[in-house]
Amino acid sequence: MAVDTQYYAAQPRFRTSAVVFGVIAIAALLAAPFFFYPVLLMSMLCFALFACAFNLLIGYVGLLSFGHAAFFGGAAYFAAHAAKVWGWDPLGAVLLGAAGAAGMGLAIGFLAIRRQGIYFAMITLALSQMFAFICLQVPFTHGEDGIQGVPRGELLGLVDLNEPLAMYYFTLAIFLFGFFAIWRIVHSPFGNILKAIRENERRAISLGYRVDRYKLGAFVMSAALAGLAGGTKAIVFQFATLTDVQWQMSGEVILMTLLGGIGTMVGPAVGAALVVALQNYLAASNFPVTVLIGIIFVVCVLVFRRGIVGEILELARRRSKDAK
Amino acid sequence: MQGGDGAAVPTACFDDAALRVLANVLPLPESADPLHESIGRQMVTSQPILSATGLTMEFRGFVAVNDVTLSVNEGTIHALIGPNGAGKTTVFNLLTKFLTPTRGQIVFRGEDITRLKPAEVARHGLVRSFQISAVFPHLTVLDNVRVALQRPAGLATQFWRSAGVLSSLDGRAMELIDAVNLTPYADLTATELSYGRKRALEIATTLALDPAMLLLDEPMAGMGHEDIGRISDLIRRIARDRTVLMVEHNLNVVADLCDRVTVLARGEILADGSYDAVSADPRVREAYMGTEHE
Repeated sequence: MAVDTQYYAAQPRFRTSAVVFGVIAIAALLAAPFFFYPVLLMSMLCFALFACAFNLLIGYVGLLSFGHAAFFGGAAYFAAHAAKVWGWDPLGAVLLGAAGAAGMGLAIGFLAIRRQGIYFAMITLALSQMFAFICLQVPFTHGEDGIQGVPRGELLGLVDLNEPLAMYYFTLAIFLFGFFAIWRIVHSPFGNILKAIRENERRAISLGYRVDRYKLGAFVMSAALAGLAGGTKAIVFQFATLTDVQWQMSGEVILMTLLGGIGTMVGPAVGAALVVALQNYLAASNFPVTVLIGIIFVVCVLVFRRGIVGEILELARRRSKDAK
Repeated sequence: MQGGDGAAVPTACFDDAALRVLANVLPLPESADPLHESIGRQMVTSQPILSATGLTMEFRGFVAVNDVTLSVNEGTIHALIGPNGAGKTTVFNLLTKFLTPTRGQIVFRGEDITRLKPAEVARHGLVRSFQISAVFPHLTVLDNVRVALQRPAGLATQFWRSAGVLSSLDGRAMELIDAVNLTPYADLTATELSYGRKRALEIATTLALDPAMLLLDEPMAGMGHEDIGRISDLIRRIARDRTVLMVEHNLNVVADLCDRVTVLARGEILADGSYDAVSADPRVREAYMGTEHE
């Protein structure tokens, strides 16, 4: 399922083109708010980071979490509460969201990594549904209303985030930080062991690796990065609601990742941008967006199972093999 | 190194070939095989490195392994043989803690390892291979070996460092790859290797941990005779300063390589001793022939 990044990393030509691609992508992201509606872009960036964080688990450890909404939505509540009630700096609030999500990831992951496959997915789903129920009941989340009117505030007391451009670049900075954190984790000694575990878990155990600890580590990192995305979203949209903690959100991030390409670095971001754009443009029309997304999902699974980016990379790989 | 790819004809199984071997080759004249001289050299002097006492494994009422007591002496090559379904792989799984025995005790180098987890057993220096070739299929040969080297080198948990630091392990990894004659294939992914070379890679990866004892589960299953010769040589070299316990169906290999043989049938130990003694045992012959007449 996962595209073999090891292979691409070993190709010097591919590495050069990856650097070129990265530079172009960053330039495009810097220029984007002058051409597109910044709030839409920020929404895309938040979901892109969420999907990339989710992909760290499914793409590089082979664990399908069906409860990532708990980390995304939970962090949104933590950040919103910190910014609104405690009057925290927006960066502090976002970081608190990520830390809270990491703590939740430790608790949920500790219970879930003992099982594999569908059982792992079911445990994460059950625990995240429990968390969604808690969010509905406890006073600080304000139940159905959610936390409304969260102030964007001033970043470190210097930059007024009520300026759309300032808010955009803050979100972009968070996204790039999160993206490169994932890139670093995947291409680190630790990431190497994660890949080995994904490839052959029993063999990794027989080489003396306590695979549960590696899985739990990756789970917590993935949860923290999903929380980073969720906390940022709360500051951008100035609210935190039940929508982000419910299981539909866990399903949506799976769709985004699958559509873009599981196990590719940029695939989940592409998938997230596509889904957010579709939801945004179809919201105004009468066409039911869920039907279209359902159709896209089916087409994706039937025709291009590697996802958009995965298929492109596969094409490039085949071409370079033919050239040899 | 030549000819390995084409020669991967499955030869090792117990049905015909092995029975023929038992019927004809068993009373192997010692002088015919120079390697036979080495048999028994360590048997007298060495101490048990691994001993299992009263190992029993029940799966919901079915007794797969019953009261197995096994002792492997340090520095020897010890074979575990027996007809299909005798419980050899189960014994391996019990010894390396991939299964927890219902009853019994396992002592490795004077330490009780009965309750340890499999990863801990590996850290104690008892490392196993698997019946189905255990490589990391989409990693290169070099990366496969490096994964094993990462933990002892303390380069396994750093998630904030570049994987580039792992190149410090390349030298040692290439030595190990060279030891199993895979140097020309270091940059291929493991899936691209022939069956015999995958097994060689597996051994190189296991050796990377510098284990005191290796458990090899059918290292020659499905190999052509050229590969068998190559792996036999390799195991002999490994065993110079380590202990090897192997499950093997090819009795030529067992006769050739192993200092001591334990025969398992229906989950119980049938015989234990030198190859000649075991092969002369009428109960052993009956166990093998019995399967033929079924």
